[in-house]
Amino acid sequence: MATPVLDKVEAEAAASPYITVTFRVRRFNPEVSGEATWEDFQLEIDPKERVLDGLHKIKWDVDGTLTFRRSCAHGICGSDAMRINGKNRLACKTLIKDINPEKPITVEPIKGLTVLKDLVVDMEPFFQAYRDVMPFLITKETNEPTRERLQSAEDRERFDDTTKCILCAACTSSCPVFWNDGQYFGPAAIVNAHRFIFDSRDEAGEQRLEILNDRDGVWRCRTTFNCTDACPRGIEVTKAIQEVKRALITRRF
Amino acid sequence: MATTETTASGIGPVEGGSVYNVDNPAPLIEAPRKRTKKTPRTTRGNFEMAAWLFMRLSGVLLVVLVITHLLIQLVLDGGVSKIGFAFVAGRWASPFWQVWDLLMLWLAMLHGANGLRTVINDYAERANTRLWLKGLLYTATVFTILLGTLVIFTFDPNIR
Ligand code: HEM
Repeated sequence: MATPVLDKVEAEAAASPYITVTFRVRRFNPEVSGEATWEDFQLEIDPKERVLDGLHKIKWDVDGTLTFRRSCAHGICGSDAMRINGKNRLACKTLIKDINPEKPITVEPIKGLTVLKDLVVDMEPFFQAYRDVMPFLITKETNEPTRERLQSAEDRERFDDTTKCILCAACTSSCPVFWNDGQYFGPAAIVNAHRFIFDSRDEAGEQRLEILNDRDGVWRCRTTFNCTDACPRGIEVTKAIQEVKRALITRRF
Repeated sequence: MATTETTASGIGPVEGGSVYNVDNPAPLIEAPRKRTKKTPRTTRGNFEMAAWLFMRLSGVLLVVLVITHLLIQLVLDGGVSKIGFAFVAGRWASPFWQVWDLLMLWLAMLHGANGLRTVINDYAERANTRLWLKGLLYTATVFTILLGTLVIFTFDPNIR
């Protein structure tokens, strides 16, 4: 029984799955030059591998100075969001075969945040906006975690979509309003505020809404849907922002 | 011996017990970083919300006002060739069309001006550029609204 399976594996191995792919990477090293430049790398790689595998190949076998963030490498830690072929994606969730390997694959840092080196950006403004919406449970009568806080399945369902955020910044750094002056809270912060505003156990919804009512809050959203397209977790980001807007309007009238 | 007891509400005691107590408090979790002095103050006013709502409400009204306006001016009854001094004078003789045009003027101007304000906010990066573009925009808007209003109210069909 095992023989046919082995045969198949051997047959596939004989026909090499490797193809030649060009990685066109945006390089920046402030200690060498103030200008960022494109650098091409030719790789022999299986198209069923991911862009992250390509970057690893470059870093490990070709040029060890290539700098990028990655941690879990499986789409959960949110470290390796980058602009691949002009679109924000996670390098660890993008298969090479899905992004036309016949042409050079461009890899750039995400936009709107200061580039520190190569593909690494300063995430501090992003996390500042995240902290500003108080992304933790706030209750009035007690903060002591003495017992489970119960919630119906429907109440949990209400904010299920926005619990999926991994803080990769793909959404915020795809938003043209954020690109301008970086003062806009950005989709990710609003998504994480939404996660608590619509949580029946949380009691600081009013405060969070007031924070997002800011001049640089939800009203700067122009509904371009870039964030929804960029989200590697498939969160309906624009919808969440609209729900916060609606909550702000309906709580008054 | 059972390690967990159940209470009436089905909630067990916290497993493991707490390491911390009054005499040995848990380490303080730092509050989220305060924004620095350099970040702009939050404006608690709801101007942005009012502006956002106004865009949508005026938009709905403009659909009716503008489409009807275009139909009357350009399509019905001979189309654009019929428009002349007499045609305008005839329509502005009725207070209904005066109010219609006044409403359309104010809503379209405020809607367009606020729309351009957001465009400036979204695209102009330097504070100075913003200031000048907005100054120009507001001047043009006030001028057009005032001039238009003046004409609608002081229009004289017997002028020669
Ligand atoms: C026909 C009916 C109209 C409707 C339903 C409508 C609706 C809207 C809405 C909802 C917005 C807000 C978009 C956003 O916040 O993302 C908007 C923006 C805008 N509108 Fe209108 N509008 C109409 C007519 C007009 C007219 C007559 C003018 C010009 C006087 C105008 C100029 C603008 C401008 C400049 C913007 C800003 C563009 C932007 O934010 O991308 N609109 N409109």
